[in-house]
Formats: sequence, C-alpha cells, structure tokens
Amino acid sequence: MSNLDIFLWVVFPYIAITIFILGHIYRYNTDQFGWTAKSSQFLEQKRLRFGSTVFHWGIIFVFFGHVAGLLIPKAWYTLFGISDHMYHFGAIWFGGLAGLAVVVGGFFLFLRRVSVKRVVKNSSVSDYVALIMLGIVVLVGFTNTAGYSASGGTFDYRVTIGPWLREIITLQPTQGMIAAMSEAPIGFKLHVLLAFLLFAIWPFTRLVHVFSLPLKYLRRNYVVYRNVKPYHKTKVAERKDI
Amino acid sequence: MKIRAQFGMVMNLDKCIGCHTCSVTCSNTWTNRPGTEYMYWNNVETKPGVGYPRGWEDNEERKGGWQVKNGKLELKAGGKVSKLLNIFYNKNLVQIDEYYEPWTYDYENLVNSPEKDHQPVARPVSQLTGEYMDITWGPNWEDDLAGVYETGKNDPNMKGLDEQIKFEFEETFMMYLPRICEHCQNPSCVSSCPSGAMYKREEDGIVLVDQDTCRSWRYCMTGCPYKKVYFNWKTHKAEKCTFCFPRIENGQPTICSETCVGRLRYIGIVLYDADKVLKAASVEDEKELYEAQLGTFLDPHDPAIQKEAIKQGIPEDWVEAAGRSPVYKFAVEQKIALPLHPEYRTMPMVWYIPPLSPFMNALGGQVNSLSPEVIFPTINQFRIPIDYLASLFTAGDTDVIKRVLKKLVAMRTYMRFKELNKDFDRSILKEAGMTEEVAEEMYQLSAIAKYEDRYVIPKSHREDAGDMYARQGSAGFEFMEACRSCMGGSQGEADPLEYYESGFWRELDEGSPKGI
Repeated sequence: MSNLDIFLWVVFPYIAITIFILGHIYRYNTDQFGWTAKSSQFLEQKRLRFGSTVFHWGIIFVFFGHVAGLLIPKAWYTLFGISDHMYHFGAIWFGGLAGLAVVVGGFFLFLRRVSVKRVVKNSSVSDYVALIMLGIVVLVGFTNTAGYSASGGTFDYRVTIGPWLREIITLQPTQGMIAAMSEAPIGFKLHVLLAFLLFAIWPFTRLVHVFSLPLKYLRRNYVVYRNVKPYHKTKVAERKDI
Repeated sequence: MKIRAQFGMVMNLDKCIGCHTCSVTCSNTWTNRPGTEYMYWNNVETKPGVGYPRGWEDNEERKGGWQVKNGKLELKAGGKVSKLLNIFYNKNLVQIDEYYEPWTYDYENLVNSPEKDHQPVARPVSQLTGEYMDITWGPNWEDDLAGVYETGKNDPNMKGLDEQIKFEFEETFMMYLPRICEHCQNPSCVSSCPSGAMYKREEDGIVLVDQDTCRSWRYCMTGCPYKKVYFNWKTHKAEKCTFCFPRIENGQPTICSETCVGRLRYIGIVLYDADKVLKAASVEDEKELYEAQLGTFLDPHDPAIQKEAIKQGIPEDWVEAAGRSPVYKFAVEQKIALPLHPEYRTMPMVWYIPPLSPFMNALGGQVNSLSPEVIFPTINQFRIPIDYLASLFTAGDTDVIKRVLKKLVAMRTYMRFKELNKDFDRSILKEAGMTEEVAEEMYQLSAIAKYEDRYVIPKSHREDAGDMYARQGSAGFEFMEACRSCMGGSQGEADPLEYYESGFWRELDEGSPKGI
C-alpha cells in the first residue's frame, strides 16, 4: 500500500466530501438567489423535451442503483434470498438501461447546449464544467457496466468498492479495503475518482438544484400567505433582553 | 369569518385611449434590466386580438387557472403529484417567442458607417443571441387592430360570434384592455409554485415572488391564466407585477395608475371573508362566479363587520379606508365594474368598467327626446358586441353586461339632461335600477373624481413589521449585483449582452473593461 493509494482512496475522497458539504452550506447561506435549476426551457423547449426527461429519469434510477449496489451490503441480499445471479441480472439490465438513458439524454442535452444559439449565449462556464464532468463520470461508469460486467468481468464491486465506500462514509477506513481499491480494474478506479472530483465541484454549479426537489409541495396548502407581523413579533417577544 | 384586507384596482375602459403610457412607465421603473426586457408587467392590448403573450386567454391550450372536477377545485395544469413527476419538462410552458424575442438596434452603425450612397440604418439585434434578426412579433403587435384580420380569428372571445362579419371593415370594432397582475384572491400561480416561493401578503393581498426561494421550476407561469408571471431568462427566476408595493405601502398609487393620462384607474381596498373564497371559486356554473366573488366581499359600513375586522387585527384606518374605497363602490355598490375572465376561478382583483361604444352614433343623433324604449334597445346594436364583452367579463353572461351598460347609458343620459336643464324621463333611471343620487355619485366617481377619490390607499403599518433587513430579496425583486451565478458565459467585446455587474455599475465606472 503506497502513499499514493492512501492519497487516492482516503485523503482525496475526504477532501472532496468536505468541499461537498461545506461548499453547500456556504453556497446556501450566501447565494440563495443563484440557487436554481437554471431552466432554459423558456428559451428553447423542442429539443429539451427528450433530452431532459430521459436524462433526469435515467439518473434517478442510476442513483438508486448505486444505493442498492454500494451502500447495501452484499450479505443483506443473501439474507433476503437474492442470489448473485439475480442481482447481476438486475444490475446489468436495469442498471444498463438507466445508464443508457443517462448517456443518450445527456448527449442530447450537450448537443443542445452547444448548438442552440440562445442557450449557448446564456450558458456560464460552470454549466459546461458541470455538464462535461457529469458526462465523463457517466460515460466511464456506463462503460464499466456495459463493457466489463455485462461481458463477463469477474470483479465484484460489492465486496470491494461497496465496503470501502461504507468505511469512508462511517469514518473508519481500513487498510484492507484500501488495498482492495488499489487492485480494482482501472475503469472502476477512474469512475470512483472522477465521481469524487464531481462532488468537489458540485456545490459551485447548478447541480445544487438536486437538493431542492420540492417534496414539501405535496403536503402544503395551495395558497401560501406570508405576514410581516406575527413571526417577527413573537421572535422579538421571546427575547428577554429587549 | 376570517376578515382580510385586499388591494384592488378598477379600470374604466371608457376612458382608455390606448397610449401605452402605463406600460412605458412601468417598464422604466421595473423591467429595464437584462433578462426582463421582454416583460411588460403592465401591457395594453387591443381587443379583439390574441394579445400578449399570443393566445393567453386560450386556457384550454395554455392550462392556466383552476377547473372544477367532481365538485372539487383543481389546477387545470395538473395537481401536485403530476407537477413533481413532470418537473423536468413542463409541457404547458409558453415560450419567449410567444411574448416576443426582445431586440435592440445596432445604433453604432449609424455613427461608424463609412460614406455610402445610402443612409446607414440601425438593424434590429436580438437581445437573446446578439445576432441580427427579423422582427415578426412584438408586445403590441396588434395595436389598433393591426393585422387583426389574421390574428383576430384566434381570439377565444370571438367564439360564437359571427367572426366573418365582425372583421368586415364596416362592422369592425375594437377596445383597449390594459392588463396588470390581478393579485387574485385565489391565486393559481401561488398554488402552482412547488417551492413555495410565491406568496400572497396576508395584510394587503399583494402577490409576490420570493426571489431567494424561487428554484426555476416554471409552474407559476403555466398556472397563471392571465400569463402575468414572467421568467427572467438571465436570472432564471420568476418575476411579476408587485402592485408597486413600495409606493402602495407609502400611500401612493402604482406607477401605472399615477401616470395614466386618461385617469381611468382607481385603487382601494376591500374587506373580504377568506373562509368563503374556496367555496366561491368552486361554484359549478361559471356564470355564477361573478356573483360568488361579490359574495366574499364584506360591507365596510356595517358596524359589526368593522368591529370584527378591528378585532381580527386590521388597523382602524384601513377599515375606514375600506369604507371610502372606489373599488368597493364600483364593484359592489354601483355594480358597474366586472372581473376579467371570472371563469378562470382565480377571483381576480383588477376589475373593469366595460367600454360604452359611441352611443350617440347608435341613436342617430336623436338625443333630445329620449325614453327607455328608445335608448335601451340600442345597447344590443352597439359596435362592441355584448357577447364579446360577456366573454371577457362575465363568463358569457350577457344579462350582466346589459345591466351594466344600461346603468352607464342611463347615467350619461341623466347627466346630459341635467346639464342642459331639460325635463328628464325618470323611468330611464328606474329601468336601470338607479336613483338620481346613485347616478350623480356614479358620475362623480367615474368622470371627474379627484386624485384622493381615485386612490384611497391606507399606508402600511410598518411600525408593526419585524426585521425588514432579514426579508431582503424575498419581496418580489432583487437588484442584480447580488447574483453570482446567473451571469452569462464568455462575453466577448462585440457582444451586446451585458454582465449585470458591468451594466449596473457602468455609470459609476465608465472605464471598466467589462463594460461595452
């Protein structure tokens, strides 16, 4: 286990996670006005329709696929009687389809962003950075599923990347898993490292809109009222020093 | 009973000359920033016509407002779950081209052009792309019926009228319709916003967008049946008419009202029962919506109501102002103001006194010996068809329109005879359901009212407000220097699009390298 391995599989992920968390807190507190989905549908929607819908639904499934494959330990599947064969069938077919949706949808969105004049003129550097970074991570990940796992690769990320990631998240990385990571196929390594790089730039791009999914809308009254008085009055009344 | 105060506006369409002064002063005050050039929070349309944005009234297509399904009030564009499932692509969004592609002119060419045989011209340049463009649509493209032969057919209000005839030159008619945000009692834009960024102010009913909470989900624009919520394509946030609340709070009328040369706008408050709104908006028959909305308003002269309002925290001067409100007088007491498209079920609060077509014409000049039998039948022969007005203001109920026009005609006839000191056939007033006092009052308010009578605006009680600084950014608009990430990408030297910062600071810092 070299210093490089420690850097790549311990230090770097923690730096990325730190930037991810602190970055979001900082941005949320200082830039509410810039915190949007940055929709450009108002300027162009014909080409957005397919790309945006397919990409977003695809990436939602991809996200849950990652939860299922990495965060849920392999032992749990055995416990519930899901065999390796069943898991791989699901991972390759559903994961592959979701991945394909993301790749195709993302490609359409990319084409739209670089070819529709109105959108080009109103894109910021961060829009391109986010899109390209996301594109690379997705392409590498998709290649792993389609080009490696589906064509008979024997590397099992559920006993290597999965446990390693859980150790990182629970703040107890062990040497064994770091070693396992350093021996993973290059495609998987790249996917993990690039993903952490993406997490590090995440808070400074439009990707923050992921955290604004307005689920609270479902439980809210239709009409929202705000009043200048009561809230602040009670706050002031509660303060004893006044 | 939950009493709320609500600002409203009445526009007397008889007096509108279509000069667009309201639109210009509004635009100069509020929408002269990058990304808002295409917006007219106040616009004046010539009707018939498809308006701005194109076909906004066609809510079968645009899906704005509410509908009643199985006795329940629902958003026409789909409920909460459907909105979240379709959040990646709003299939009912109106594109900027339907408003119009904003442009400026290549003025520099006038100065820099080399000597030529012909005068240099300033060509139109798109503000979206910075490229030369052909202008094919604009915010008042149909001004004074321009091109209405083409577009008028698509005016939903023409449905059922013999449109072929109405666009014949001899039969043609027109009226002006100035429009601002309706600041509805039952706002569908607020209800459509998944982020909860849009809200109605409890104390005065003004509907605003919290710029800091808006997340660019775009549903408010679809939700508003009047298409009066706009998308700032630079900041990716919704913006809309603020009812000039900084002025209103200080007792001043909105800028569109203040600068109206026809003095046709009236502002006042009404007290209404918030508990009745949902039921009133859910009335099955569209034609009953007008009366249902009237039913939510409370009588500010009733001592019991006054007492209850004060008990519920409405300031005393507001209750008093509600009693003098020109909006209440026109809408409830005189019943000559009508809501715009009540069938959208949003309970709009900008009401209109329908225009009277030139009625001396209809009488053929015989105006000195008038009786009810002579004047009232002419209403049906007015240039602007009753059906058309009914489609605009009463969800198709022509009886209400006739009643209003009768009152207006009776008031004018009465005043004419009074001024000429002639004997007046009182049955004219009686048939219109008026007394001499009512006719007199109606005349005073609609024709010669003074500033203080047209605008009865109680000041807001900011002494009760909390930390105003903490609310910065949540009240409808925000100056753009606060925006970090909404700037466009690489902006070359020749690019006519400006950075906000450079645009904003240019006057202070002419030497800035970012400025153009």
